[in-house]
Amino acid sequence: MPILDRNSLDLLFDALKRRGFNLVGPTLHDGAIVYDALASTADLPVGWTDEQEGGRYRVKKRADEALFGYAVGPRSWKKFLFQPVQRLWQARREGEGFRIIPEEEKPPKWAFIGVRSCELHAIAIQDKVFISGPAPDSSYPTQRKDLFIIAVNCGQAGGTCFCVSMNTGPKATAGYDLVLTEVLEPARLAIGADRHYFVVEVGTDRGAEVLRDVPHTEATEQENAAAERVVEKTASQMGRTLDTTDIKNLLYRNFEHPRWDEVATRCLTCANCTMVCPTCFCSTVEDVTDLTGEHAERWRKWDSCFTMDFSYIHGGTVRSSVKSRYRQWMTHKLATWIDQFGTSGCVGCGRCITWCPVGIDITEEVRAIRETEK
Amino acid sequence: MNPWIPYPAEVIEKRREALRVHTLRLRIRDEAIRRAYRFRPGQFNMIYVFGTGEVPISIVSDPDESGFLDHTIRVVGKMTAALVGLKEGDTVGLRGPYGSWWPLEEARGMDVVIVTGGLGCAPVVSVINYVAHRRDRYGRLKIFHGVKTPKDLLYRARFRAWQKHPDTEVYLTVDHPDREWKYKVGVVTNLFRQVRIDARKSAVMMCGPEGMMKSAVRDLRAQGVPADRIYLSLERNMKCAIGFCGHCQYGPRFICKDGPVLRFDQIQEWFGKDEL
Ligand SMILES: Cc1cc2nc3c(=O)[nH]c(=O)nc-3n(C[C@H](O)[C@H](O)[C@H](O)COP(=O)(O)OP(=O)(O)OC[C@H]3O[C@@H](n4cnc5c(N)ncnc54)[C@H](O)[C@@H]3O)c2cc1C
Ligand code: SF4
Ligand code: SF4
Ligand code: FES
Repeated sequence: MPILDRNSLDLLFDALKRRGFNLVGPTLHDGAIVYDALASTADLPVGWTDEQEGGRYRVKKRADEALFGYAVGPRSWKKFLFQPVQRLWQARREGEGFRIIPEEEKPPKWAFIGVRSCELHAIAIQDKVFISGPAPDSSYPTQRKDLFIIAVNCGQAGGTCFCVSMNTGPKATAGYDLVLTEVLEPARLAIGADRHYFVVEVGTDRGAEVLRDVPHTEATEQENAAAERVVEKTASQMGRTLDTTDIKNLLYRNFEHPRWDEVATRCLTCANCTMVCPTCFCSTVEDVTDLTGEHAERWRKWDSCFTMDFSYIHGGTVRSSVKSRYRQWMTHKLATWIDQFGTSGCVGCGRCITWCPVGIDITEEVRAIRETEK
Repeated sequence: MNPWIPYPAEVIEKRREALRVHTLRLRIRDEAIRRAYRFRPGQFNMIYVFGTGEVPISIVSDPDESGFLDHTIRVVGKMTAALVGLKEGDTVGLRGPYGSWWPLEEARGMDVVIVTGGLGCAPVVSVINYVAHRRDRYGRLKIFHGVKTPKDLLYRARFRAWQKHPDTEVYLTVDHPDREWKYKVGVVTNLFRQVRIDARKSAVMMCGPEGMMKSAVRDLRAQGVPADRIYLSLERNMKCAIGFCGHCQYGPRFICKDGPVLRFDQIQEWFGKDEL
């Protein structure tokens, strides 16, 4: 397999920029690692890592200069492909009625840098929602088109990760143009000085074409083996596990279970879990007019099944109890999603656990139901 | 094709049906779109009022009458009030048709049993009209309608007119009668004990409050009506009607694209669950 050294990575970024791609990737911002515009590898969180637990996140310095030495942060790539707030169209009064003016959508040519395996799965899941349905969405397919993905095989698992249970990682298997495994070898293992390099796997012709522009060498057997060890180690470090055996029927059978009442005493219905989740796709629309009343707009915004409005029909909210809303969310993620889209709606990224202010843990909730099922 | 774009439609007629209930007859302004537009009874449109919002409304006109689309709207809030406040000549936005339809092909040769309740139920009006205009294709048409009190019976005149149709039976009932009430008393499902339904050759189509539908299904099943010959039209909040917004979920189903008309045996394990 090809290998790139630390400095060649900037040349890879340049090769993408020359092709007109806009680079986005992890960067340190306000104490969290988030996805944003990148100019060069210096914008990456060089030498940083994160610590994650239920309801807790913090970044800290690493002992080395790793570029991708952390797990996933509070933002996910859906922010780019399925934008949080977006105008769908405008309307202008005209003659006897009005005219609708659609949004002009140009492919933004995103290059996502550092997409993790669970996130590749999350993108594939949102593709099913927004592209493969009866009518493709007006915006998502355009944002998605031309997307170039440089994935990264995780070098360490976060405290709330459980991709191994969900069969979504830590090694990327599909959905990327190039995938990197970052290898850091301290001097006592390497010959001579410290070594820092990336073993590359090519996923598409486009990926191969870009890589040709960047000086690289062929990995030795030892280097390939070192990359293998990186993912094996990560796979063995999962912070969480979730037993998915017959999970759909488990939750279908337990629509009534005392655990839903119990979790409802803790859940604040703050909707954080749905906002950070890379697969949650719910939205609402808002209609506005300007002061003259001649011009109207329709906007789409991320929404959450944790709000009261979400299931409102005249006369009342269908899911008014906290219990029913938590149950809707978790049952959707892990069970009804399978009937709807032929895949789980959870990729085991752990974000909902880390960013829940009271540390509610989806893996723990499933365990509790499984263990106390009557 | 951008699925979010409504097409302008003109209000060509507005008819009062009952207190706070009006029928709007809409005509899509663009001729090519108007000609290509096809729907089946049970389907709905998303109707947009300039700058105000967009809501799902069933189509109640006959699918073979081309050139216009009727929508009967009951005022319950901001959007329905805005719709009913429109005048002839005004323009709305229209997207559709969406969703599944009543099994009017499957029901050929059978008795058609309609069960409705609550404050009127637009989706079944389309079936009644459809059957009334194609009397030879179906057996008897039996309409069961239950309301809480006589003043909730919004379409008295309509029911009276239907009653006069050939091979048509109309059964009305209230939970709490007043002195003038001359029909039956008790919940709608009481009627099934008094009126014979031929379980072997009836197709049931119902729409109304979920509690009412739950007991109706139970009683019809007890009379031997097979689960796959009972169809229900369900309602959930809808923001898109095209499977994106997630609001209309009903267990594994999306009411906007898998429904609103669903066959009972396909939702049996979910139907009647609280806060689903
Ligand atoms: C498939 C389908 C067909 C329908 N057909 C008809 C019909 O033929 N005639 C008719 O009068 N009504 C019909 N309704 C109900 C109608 O859509 C609601 O009465 C309307 O959305 C209420 O909007 P509002 O702003 O007036 O009321 P508000 O109570 O102010 O509602 C606020 C918002 O909540 C949502 N909402 C409220 N009630 C409903 C509801 N029952 N269903 C879906 N969303 C709701 C809407 O987004 C609405 O804008 C149908 C609903 C569905 C789902
Ligand atoms: S449900 Fe939680 S763990 Fe699963 S994909 Fe969403 S945020 Fe990640
Ligand atoms: S589970 Fe946690 S993050 Fe999700 S709504 Fe409840 S309190 Fe908020
Ligand atoms: S109404 Fe939006 S998904 Fe059904």
